[in-house]
Parts: sequence; C-alpha cells; structure tokens
Amino acid sequence: MTEPSPVLLAANVVATAAPILLASLGETLTERAGLINLSLDGTILLAAMAAFAVAHDTGSVALGFAAASAVGGAVAAVVGFAGVILGVSQVAVGFVLTLMCRDLAYFLGNPYSRIQGPQVPPLPVPGLADLPVLGPLLFRHNAVVYLSLVLAPALWWVLYRTKWGLEVRAVGEHPEAAYARGIAPRRVQMVCAVVGGALVGLAGAAYSLALKPGWGRPQGAEGIGWIALALVIFGGWHPVKVALGAVLFALLQVAGIPLQEAFPSVPAQVFQVAPFPLMIFTLLFMGLSQRESVERWAADRTWARRLVRAFRGAAPRALGRPMEGG
Amino acid sequence: MHIVLDDIHKRYGRVHANRGVSLEVRAGTIHGVLGENGAGKSTLMRILAGYTRPTSGRILLDGDEVRWRAPAEAVARGVGMLYQDPMDFLAMTALENYALGRRWVPPRELRRDLEARAAELGFTVHPEMPLERLTVGERQQLELLRLLSLGVRVLILDEPTTGISGVQRETLFAALRCLADEGRSVLLVSHKLEDVEALCDEITVLRQGAVSGRAERPFRTRELLEMMFGEPPAVPRKVGSTPGAPIVSFRNAWATGGRSGLRRCSVTIREGEVVGLAGVEGAGQNVFLRLAAGLNRPYRGAVEVCGAPVRAYRWLRQQGVAFLPAGRLEEGLVRGLTVLDHFALGRSRIPFLDPWRGARDRAEEGIRQYRIRGRPETPVEALSGGNQQRVLLALLPERPRLLLLESPTRGLDLESAHWVWEQLLAHKARGATIVFSSPELDEILMVAERVLVFHDGALVADVAAAETSVAELGSAIAGRAAPPPPSPDVSVTAVETP
Repeated sequence: MTEPSPVLLAANVVATAAPILLASLGETLTERAGLINLSLDGTILLAAMAAFAVAHDTGSVALGFAAASAVGGAVAAVVGFAGVILGVSQVAVGFVLTLMCRDLAYFLGNPYSRIQGPQVPPLPVPGLADLPVLGPLLFRHNAVVYLSLVLAPALWWVLYRTKWGLEVRAVGEHPEAAYARGIAPRRVQMVCAVVGGALVGLAGAAYSLALKPGWGRPQGAEGIGWIALALVIFGGWHPVKVALGAVLFALLQVAGIPLQEAFPSVPAQVFQVAPFPLMIFTLLFMGLSQRESVERWAADRTWARRLVRAFRGAAPRALGRPMEGG
Repeated sequence: MHIVLDDIHKRYGRVHANRGVSLEVRAGTIHGVLGENGAGKSTLMRILAGYTRPTSGRILLDGDEVRWRAPAEAVARGVGMLYQDPMDFLAMTALENYALGRRWVPPRELRRDLEARAAELGFTVHPEMPLERLTVGERQQLELLRLLSLGVRVLILDEPTTGISGVQRETLFAALRCLADEGRSVLLVSHKLEDVEALCDEITVLRQGAVSGRAERPFRTRELLEMMFGEPPAVPRKVGSTPGAPIVSFRNAWATGGRSGLRRCSVTIREGEVVGLAGVEGAGQNVFLRLAAGLNRPYRGAVEVCGAPVRAYRWLRQQGVAFLPAGRLEEGLVRGLTVLDHFALGRSRIPFLDPWRGARDRAEEGIRQYRIRGRPETPVEALSGGNQQRVLLALLPERPRLLLLESPTRGLDLESAHWVWEQLLAHKARGATIVFSSPELDEILMVAERVLVFHDGALVADVAAAETSVAELGSAIAGRAAPPPPSPDVSVTAVETP
C-alpha cells in the first residue's frame, strides 16, 4: 500500500467531521434555547435510513436530504412538544425516542439493506480546488461538507450577533424573564428544537449518502449521537468550541487507519475503539478547567489563565426546565 | 398616568391571594403598597404589570379598561415593573440585557443611549460586564433604565431595597422622586416601613390579601404598624454577656466564592458573642460563614473553629456547630420530603435502623414549640418561607455552641423576624455564640454586639455595635471606612496581625 499523504488524511478528517459537526451544532442550538434533545443517536439512524430509502426510490439525492431533515425535525418536535408544551421530562422522552427510532430504522430499513444506491457527488469549488494543500483539504468535498464547515461560524454569528440569537440565549437562561420582555419562550424553544433536529437529520443523511454510503445493520453511524451530546457539554455550549471538539473526534477516528498500518501486531479493534476513550480523556481535561482548584492554580500564570478561560463554559441556566406559569 | 385597580381578586387553587383589592394612584405621585409577607402585594403588582391574570376585577389606565395578555402589552402601554426576583439574564452582559425585548438597534448606538440615560439619573453602568459580576443594586439600576427607555410612565418596584447598599438606596430614591416630578406614577411595594415612609406620598396597606388601611403624608408609624399587623410586634431584647475563649479564628484567610471571594481575613470571635456581618450581597460575608462552617476551604491562611482547623461540616456538627443557609429550600431543606422526614433525617447513625422511631414525637413537639403552620406530613415546599425557617430552627441541636446564620430573617415580615430572633437569642442566653449576615443594618444593630463590615472581599471594619450607627456602617459598606484599628485595645475588637 502507498503511504497516505498528510493532506489527504487531513481532507479525510474534514469529511469525517461533517456529520458530527451537523449533529453537535444542531444540538447546541436546541440546548441554547433550554431544551435537551436526547434522541440524537436514534434520530441519526432513522434519518440515515430515510435518506437512503428516498434517494434510492426517487433517484434524487436532494430529496433524500430533505427526507432526513424532515425526520430529524419531526422527532425533535415530539421532544419539544412533550417537554415544552406538556412539561414532561425531556430526558425520559428523549431516551425512549432514541431507542424507538433506532429499532424503527432497522425494521423499516430492512428492504434497503446492503443494496446499491445513489451518493452525493463531489463538488469541487471552481478555482479554489486547484490550490496547493488547501484545494484538496477544503475544496474538493461534497455540498454537505461545505455546509458543515460554514455551520459553526454561522451559528456563532446567529447566536451572538443577531436579535433572534439573543432571544434564544435569553430563553435558555431565564424563560420567565424572556416572557416578561415580550418574547414567546415556548415558541422559540419549539423553533430551535425543530431546526436543531433538522440539522441532526442531515447528519444522518451525510452518513448514508456520503460518508458510509448505503444502509445496513450496523450502518456505521451508531454512537455518533451520544458523542455529539457529549461534545455539546464539553464545548461549553459554544458553537466554535463544540466544532473544535467534533473535528478532534474525527481526527481520532481517521488516525486509526495509518496507525494500524504502522503497528500491524496490534489488533485492529484497538484502533476502532480507541477514539472513544481518547475522547473521554480529552473531555476530562477540558472539564478540569471548570474546577476551582485549577482556576486558582492558573490565576498567577497568564497563559494558563487564558487557556482555562478559553475552555470554560456554563450550561444555559434553564436547561431542561420548562417555563413556569405565564 | 392615573391608575385604578377595581375589586381585584386572585385565586391560586384554594389560596385566595387577593380578596377584592381596590387602589388608586394619581399621576406624578409615589404610592406605597405596604404589608407583611404573604399579604398579596406581589400578586397584585404582577396583575397590574400583566404577568399574572386576575381571577376577576378591572384595571383602568386614565379611565380606559385594559386587559393584559402578556407583560409586553403592559410595557407597550407604559406600565413596567421591577420584579422582586430580578427578571434579568446573569450570563449576559449589561448591554445585552438592555437590548433584549426591544427593536434592534446597532450596539454602539444602544450603548451610547444607555450611558446617556444612566448619567441623567446618576447611575453607574458597565455595558460590557456580565451581569453576574454586578451587584443587585447595579442590576436594578440597569433594569430601571431599560424600562424608562421603553417609555414607561407607570413604574412598579417590588421590594427594591432588598440586597442593595445604603448609597444605592439613596440614589434609587432620588431617581424615583425625580421621575415622579416629571409626571410618572410610581408604585413602591415594601414590607419595610422606613422605605415607604421616606419616599411615598400615599400608602395603601394590605393584610391577608385585602386592603386594611390607607394613609397620606404625614404618616404615623404606630397607625401603619397596626394596619399591617393588628398590633405592633415586640422588639427582641439583647442579652448581655462577657466573651469567653476564642471559638472562631481566621488567620490571614483567602478564599474564592461569592462575587468577590474573601481576601486576607484575620479576626477572632469569642464564645458568647453575637456578631453581625454587614456588606452588600456577595461582598465576602457569606464566604466567611461558609469557611467557618467547613463548606468552603481557604486556599491560603487558616480557619480554626472550636480550637481546631475546620474539617467537614459533619465533624463541626458533632462539636455543636450549626449552619443555616439563606437558600432555605435550595440548601437548608430537602424538597419533596415532609417535615416529619426532616426530623427523622440524620438522626440515627446506624443505616438500617428505623429512623422514624421517635421522629413523630420530635416533629410534633417542634411544630408546637416553634408554632409551625403545617403538619408532620406537610412537604416542606408547601410551607411559607417563614414556616420553613421555623422548621430549620426546630431542627437545630438543642444546645448549640456556635450558630452560623446566613440572612436568618430573609424574606420574613417584621413579626416573624422578631420571633426568629427571640428564639436565637434564647440559644445565646444558654451560652451559644451567634455569627450572622444580614442585608439590614437595622437588624444587625438591633441584635448584634459586634459588627464586621465587608467590602469587595475584604474585612474593612470591626466595631462594637454600641459605638456605631447606621450611617457609619453604611459608608463602611460602600468602601469608605478607615481600616480597622490594628491594636486590640477596644473591648471586643481583636484583629490579629499575622
């Protein structure tokens, strides 16, 4: 086998990160509005199945993506309706939905198992694709990857630079106070749930129509929903930090392939499983910055203080708590 | 704007919070709404501000009847409210808070607008500062400016002097006077007589959900007290004592927590003293209490209690030390458990022994002795704030050596507050030492023998209560005090220099 070039490996990281970015940033939006959607893992599978089935039957990849985002939005709407309107436990509803969606995906997807189907075509950006290094790294991917790349800055801009984003954050912090200021907290939460869920749905389609084309059991997207949920927490609910975490996880996944070639005596499973514990260690390290003792240690060291501050993030104060009264 | 509330009723299930309240406020006046806790003041004001819908009754603004569907409608018609639990966003900056709930304006312009309005009323604002680093008073000023910028002509303030410094109170009152002179109507809700007496033109007194009296300037304090309580409550008497051996000593202690942490704190408290901790909320007094209770650790220096460095609260509890947190339902009691469960909790040391043995007798005894309005089976969250505090007092050890109390009368009306202090001072008469924080200087001077004043994380004054005044303490709280005397020649002052 040929030695894989670092640029191609990096490009592979970018492609692998796309669905993780979509899912974790979608969940970031939902949680910033104060709602927890725990159904991510099941939603991704159901959306992946729906995307592949629709694209296979209609021959249109775009319709596949539309179906996936509709599935994601619909599942999130159930969580939103139960949590925000009925006021039942969002955690319980999310859990049940994630299990139900997964089984539903395997059951309904049976006829489409292990068959050929359409894929998202690569879409090199004219002009930019021929740049050295940057070209293959960023500009020879498909449309989903481009979307995932602009999503983090876009979400940051929406949350921190627009009136609507300010209102979303306000609802996640203190829905009663938002209500007193003329915002409809429940409506904002429903919108954020559905939009966030649609992004999660796109993540599913990104697996079955691009990254791991086809449908089967297992599909290969299993577990990503939980990783995305963890990334939101340890990214401090900040879109840019969450995105960095997603890229890091993709890097750990991709790095397994060349490492396996370099160390053929180590069982292959080690490299497949390694990203998960490594991710936990990274997250633990980031979580350290929240600790008072570390903060105190860093207080006298400028660089450490900056690092600790960069990692710090607080949960929206009203996360998981529906609005009272009103 | 002329406001009429006509026969307002509000029922929450079986609770009748407002029973036919009528009230009239003339334009350009400051109207006080006075009453003890649970009298229905907040409910009435939330109805006027559109946050709560009345069960029946009418609201008239300049003669037109209005029916609010949301608070934003009331603001659009010029009625704005400063809520008792601040309706603001701690994680956001002052400017973001100012921007929320209005049409979009470029941040730079909005910032200029905010600063100009603040200067007009003599307020200080920090537009880029996150709200969690501002004091309660500064947050209140910001919210006031926000409402004014939305064109509010009727301003409702619900207990605005809780948790703010004396200086901020003066600034607030001057601003309110000025706003009323410009023709706005102001409604000031308070359970503190001195607030309404100092500021209001007219007063309506509420008692148990109904109007119990009205008064106009000049007010007679005795009459107001009678309208509030039926008869004026008795003031608890101080019990004199001679301080004994040191029981709490801080040696150059530093700690994090609160808004400003605690810095370089050295002080000794002796057995039998009643020490009041004064300061703006989060200035270090609660960190002080939590250090003494072993709930927080100093990262530099040492804290000794009962002659040994503090260990876990569990150990302190065995030494007869008890800590009462300000957040009664958040930290002091367990939501969802009944009064009886609380008496059973933490009693038996053997895990599998029936903890309820004898608990019912103790609970019934406590309910009788502390006149708790509730039964052993009542869940604690169903009790009123005053009764929750009574439960906590009933749960104290029988003969405590040291009581560490965080705002022990927070949110209680005068009568309950005095009653609480009677019980606490009875412990003191039996030899207990009491260290407590309070936002009320009057309360501190009423019961404390010695006052420690905190400002921005530092202990700035240590004085005998008999030798100081509200004015002197007030300026110390605002950070304008001479440093405490280094020599321990004052009778009860013992500041050690490391």
